[in-house]
Amino acid sequence: MRKVYHRIIQIAGNVITVEADNVGYGDLAEVTSRRGSSLAQVIRLEDDKVFLQVFSGARGVSTRDEVRFLGHSMKVAASENLLGRVFTGSGKPRDNRPEINDNLVEIGGPSVNPAKRIIPKNMIRTGIPMIDLFNTLVESQKLPIFSVAGEPYNELLARIAMQAEVDVILIGGMGLKHDDYLFFRDTLDKHGALSRSVMFVHTASDPVVECLLVPDMVLAVAENYALEGKRVLCLLTDMTNFADAMKEIAITMEQIPSNRGYPGDLYSQLASRYEKAVDFDGAGSITVLATTTMPGDDVTHPVPDNTGYITEGQFYLRNGRIEPFGSLSRLKQQVNADTRDDHRAIMDTMIRLYADYKETLEKQSMGFSMSSWDQKLLKYGDLFENRMMDLSVNIQLEDALNLGWQTLAECFDKTETGLKSDLVNEYWPKA
Amino acid sequence: MHHEGNYGAVVGVNGNMLTVEFDTLVTQNEVAYAIIGEDRLKCEVIRVRNNRADLQVFEDARGLKIGDKVEFTGELLSVELGPGLLTRVFDGLQNPLNDLAEKSGFFLQRGLYLPALNYEKEWKYTPVANVGDSVVAGDVIGTVPEGIFDHKIMVPFELQGTWTVSTVEKAGSYNIEHVVAVLEDERGNSANVTMVQNWPVKVPINAYREKLMPKESMITQTRTIDTFFPVAKGGTFCTPGPFGAGKTVLQHAISRFAEADVVIIAACGERAGEVVEILREFPHLDDPRTGKTLMDRSIIICNTSSMPVAAREASVYTAVTLAEYYRQMGLNALLLADSTSRWAQALREMSGRLEEIPGEEAFPAYLESLIASFYERAGLVRLNDGSTGSVTIGGSVSPAGGNFEEPVTQATLKVVGAFLGLSRERSDARRYPAIHPLDSWSKYKSIVDEKDIAAARNALRNGNEVGQMMKVVGEEGTNINDFIAYLKGEFLDYVYLQQNTFDEVDGATNEERQNYVFKKVMEVMENKNFKFDSKDAARSYFLELRQLFIDWNYIAQKSDDFIAQEKLIDQKIMGCVNA
Ligand SMILES: Nc1ncnc2c1ncn2[C@@H]1O[C@H](COP(=O)(O)OP(=O)(O)OP(=O)(O)O)[C@@H](O)[C@H]1O
Ligand SMILES: [Mg+2]
Repeated sequence: MRKVYHRIIQIAGNVITVEADNVGYGDLAEVTSRRGSSLAQVIRLEDDKVFLQVFSGARGVSTRDEVRFLGHSMKVAASENLLGRVFTGSGKPRDNRPEINDNLVEIGGPSVNPAKRIIPKNMIRTGIPMIDLFNTLVESQKLPIFSVAGEPYNELLARIAMQAEVDVILIGGMGLKHDDYLFFRDTLDKHGALSRSVMFVHTASDPVVECLLVPDMVLAVAENYALEGKRVLCLLTDMTNFADAMKEIAITMEQIPSNRGYPGDLYSQLASRYEKAVDFDGAGSITVLATTTMPGDDVTHPVPDNTGYITEGQFYLRNGRIEPFGSLSRLKQQVNADTRDDHRAIMDTMIRLYADYKETLEKQSMGFSMSSWDQKLLKYGDLFENRMMDLSVNIQLEDALNLGWQTLAECFDKTETGLKSDLVNEYWPKA
Repeated sequence: MHHEGNYGAVVGVNGNMLTVEFDTLVTQNEVAYAIIGEDRLKCEVIRVRNNRADLQVFEDARGLKIGDKVEFTGELLSVELGPGLLTRVFDGLQNPLNDLAEKSGFFLQRGLYLPALNYEKEWKYTPVANVGDSVVAGDVIGTVPEGIFDHKIMVPFELQGTWTVSTVEKAGSYNIEHVVAVLEDERGNSANVTMVQNWPVKVPINAYREKLMPKESMITQTRTIDTFFPVAKGGTFCTPGPFGAGKTVLQHAISRFAEADVVIIAACGERAGEVVEILREFPHLDDPRTGKTLMDRSIIICNTSSMPVAAREASVYTAVTLAEYYRQMGLNALLLADSTSRWAQALREMSGRLEEIPGEEAFPAYLESLIASFYERAGLVRLNDGSTGSVTIGGSVSPAGGNFEEPVTQATLKVVGAFLGLSRERSDARRYPAIHPLDSWSKYKSIVDEKDIAAARNALRNGNEVGQMMKVVGEEGTNINDFIAYLKGEFLDYVYLQQNTFDEVDGATNEERQNYVFKKVMEVMENKNFKFDSKDAARSYFLELRQLFIDWNYIAQKSDDFIAQEKLIDQKIMGCVNA
C-alpha cells in the first residue's frame, strides 16, 4: 500500500504542492477531495516539495485532502478493445461502458529513431480538389487546418477521415463543443466507421488541464496500432486549446513567458506531439491532421506560428473554402509525380492563373479598364472557385484534372496557358 | 585529476533540469550521469552555486526521484575525432543513430549511448612524421585513406608546447586505438598518439597558426547567392525566413551542390522527415566533384524537434567541432545548421528553468554573445604546415511571426558576413529561392564583375519602384520607359534570380555558367535601344525573351541545344533592336 499524504502546503491555479518523498518526476497521483477524486501529475520536484498539476482542476481542493502517488506516469490501454469507444482526456470511459485496462503503455514515449523512418510515398485521396490536386495529402503527413471559430473545420476533418483509406481513425478533442463531439460520433456511425475509431474527448465544459492529456493519449494509442502495421489517421482538434492549457500551467508555475504569455517551450511541446506522425520502416504509419484556430485570425499568433514551423504544410480554411494561397502540402512532391503526368503542370498553371485573376480583380476594384485578357481571367476565376475551391465538390483526382483542362479550354487559347505542348496535345479537350 | 566515485544526489527536478547536491567538487560543463535503476542519464553541469549544481539532462527526466544518485565524470562534454566520421548520422551527442536503431529498434531508448567511431575497424595507416621530429598540436603524424581523401592523424590538439617524436609505428593496418607514435617533451613526459582523440565541443580547436581574411568564394551553385550575395570559404551567412519560405530546401540544395570538401548538416530541432530525405537520398546521389556519392563527403548531426532539447543545444557545438576537425586537415568544411533558432530556444528553455533574468522575448541576456562565439568558429586558417583550411557556417533562422526584428535574427545579423533574407512575399508568389534581392546583403566578393552587379541591383530597384507605383496609378498612368524598366526588373528576376531547385540542370549553375549567362542577361538589361509601339508589345516581347532564357536555363551547358538556344536568344535581342 502506498503512503497517503494529507498535507497540501500550497494551492495555486490548478497546481498543488505537497511534501512527500520517494516520488518520481512525471508520476501520477490521485487527489481525493470532497468533490471526488482526480488524477494529478508531478511537474516539479524541489527538495521535499512535490508540485502536481491536477487534471480536474484544483477548485474545491482543501489543504487536508488526500494525495496518493501511483508510482508510475500516465498510461493508456492501447489494445484492440478500444475500438468503437469514447474516453475522456484521462482515459475514463465517456460512453457508460466498462473501463479498459489491458496492454497499458506509457503516454508521451520516446521519439522514433530517424533512421527507422522512410520517405512517405502514398497519397491519401480525399475527393477534395483543393487537396488532391493542389495540396496533396500524404500518408504520415502532419498537417493542421488554420482557421477561425465558426469555420467548418471539424466538418472538413470528418470528411477527410471518412474518405481516407486508413485502418484506424483516432479523434482527439480538446475543448470540443459537445455538439461537435456528437457530430463526430454520428458521422463515424453513419459511415460505419465507428468500429474502427477511438475517441478521446475533452469538451469545453471539462476541466481545462485535462485537455493536456488528449494528444498524448491519442498518439500513444496510434503508435501501438501503427507498430502492428496499421495505417492510423489522427484528428486533433483544436490544438490552440491544448496550447492555451499549457499556457495556464506555465503561468501558474511562474514561468517567464516568451511571447504573449505562452511558455518558451511551446515549440518543443507542440513538436513532440506532431513529430509522432511517421511512416515506419517495416510497420504502419501515423498521419496527423489537426485544427489550429487562429486567435484574431492572425497567423503570426504564437500558436499558428509555431505550428507552421513544425508541420508539413497547412490548409487555410476561410469562408468555407480552402485558400489556394498560403495553403501548402510540403509532401506533395513526394507523390504527385506518379499520379498522372499532367498533375504538376495543371497544379502550377491553374494556381498561377488564379493569382493573375486576383490581380485583375484588384485592378477592377480600383477602376482600371479591363483588357480582353482581364475578361478571360475574370471568367476563369469564377469557374475556378466553383469547380475547384467549393468544398461541396467531391470528385476523384483524375476527374478534377480533366475538369481543370476543360476549365482552361473554356477560358483561354492553348498558347495562353504556358503549358508544355506535349501535354496540351494529349489533354486539351477536342472541340 | 581523477573523479572516480564522485557522487551527488538529486534535490530537484524541473523539466530537463536537475539540481544536485554534492560534497566534493564539480566542474562547470562536466558530464554527469543521473542513475535511475538500470539507466544512466547523461547530463551536463551548467551552473554551480554553493554545494548545489544545476544540470541539464540530455534525456527525458521521467521517474527521477529526490535522492537519486548522480555520478560526476570530471570530463567536459566531448566528441570523438578520428577516421570514420564521414557518411555517418549522429544525434546531438554524437551517438550513431543507425547503431542505436540496431540495438533498440524503432524508438530512441533513454540512456543508451554508443561510441561514435568503430573501434574494431582497421585503417591502412601511412606514417608521415619521423623519429626526432619536433611537433606541436595539430601536426601530422600519419594518414589513413577515408573515402574521398587522406585523413590526417594529428598530434592531439590538447597537447601544449613542443614535443619530440620518440617512436613511430610503421605502415600497416591498425584500429583507431592503436598507438601510432609516442611523443616526449623536454621534461620527459610522454604522450601516445592514436587515431582517435576527444575534444570538448564548446571549446574551439585552435591548433593553427593564424586566422586569415576569407576571400575565395564558396560556390553554392545557387545563382542568387554566388552572383548577388556570395558566401566565402571560411565565411558565415544566415538565411532567416518565415515558415515555409524555403530555408530547408535552400540548405539542402547548398549541401548538395556547394563546392566544399566536407559538408556537415546539423538538423537542429527541426522535422525528422527532412533528415530522412537526406539519409535515404544522399547515398544514391552522385557527387560530380569526387565521382563518389554525396554521402561520402557528408556527416549528419540529427537532433530533431522531438528529441531531447538539451541535446539539441549541444548539437550545434558537436557539428562545428567536427567541421573544425576536418579543417585541421587542410579541407574546406561547410556547416549548415537548420535551425539556429531552435538552438536559441533550447537555451531559452534552460535559462527559464535556471530562473535567470530574461532578456527580450525571454531569451537569455547572453544569447547575443553565444551566437557571436558560435559563428566565430568559422574562418579560414593557416595551419602549422602553411596550408589553409576553412570552416564556413550557414545558419537558418526561424523568426517568430516571420518578423526579423527579433533577438535571434538581430543577434545573428550582427556577426554574419552575408544575410540571405527569405521573404514570405516571394515564397507566396512561388519565386524560389525566395531570397529577397533588395533586402539581402553580403560582405564577400561576387564571382561576377562588381560594376555589373551594381547595375543589376539598380535595375532591380528601379523595376521594383515602378511596380509599386503601378499598383497606384495603373499601367495606363505609367510611361513606356518606366514600364520597360519594370519589365527588365521582372525579366532579371525570372531568368536569373529564380531557379528551379528540383531540376537536374537548373538546380545547380556552376561558376563558369553563371558568368556566361549573367553577361547575356546584362546585355538585355543594359540595352538602351529597345523600342516598342505599345506597352502590350513591350510586355509580350519580354515574355517571349523570358521564356527563351528560362528554356536555356534548363539545357545542359556545352550541348548543341545550348548553343542553338543561345542563337535564338541573340536573334530575339537583335530583332528588337533593329525593329
Ligand atoms: N526552391 C524551391 N523550389 C520549389 N519549391 C520550394 C522551394 N523552396 C521551398 N519550396 C516549397 O516550399 C515548401 C517549404 O519549404 P521549406 O521546407 O524549405 O521551408 P522552411 O523555410 O524550411 O520552413 P520551416 O521554417 O517551416 O522549416 C517546400 O516543401 C516546397 O514545397
Ligand atoms: Mg525548414
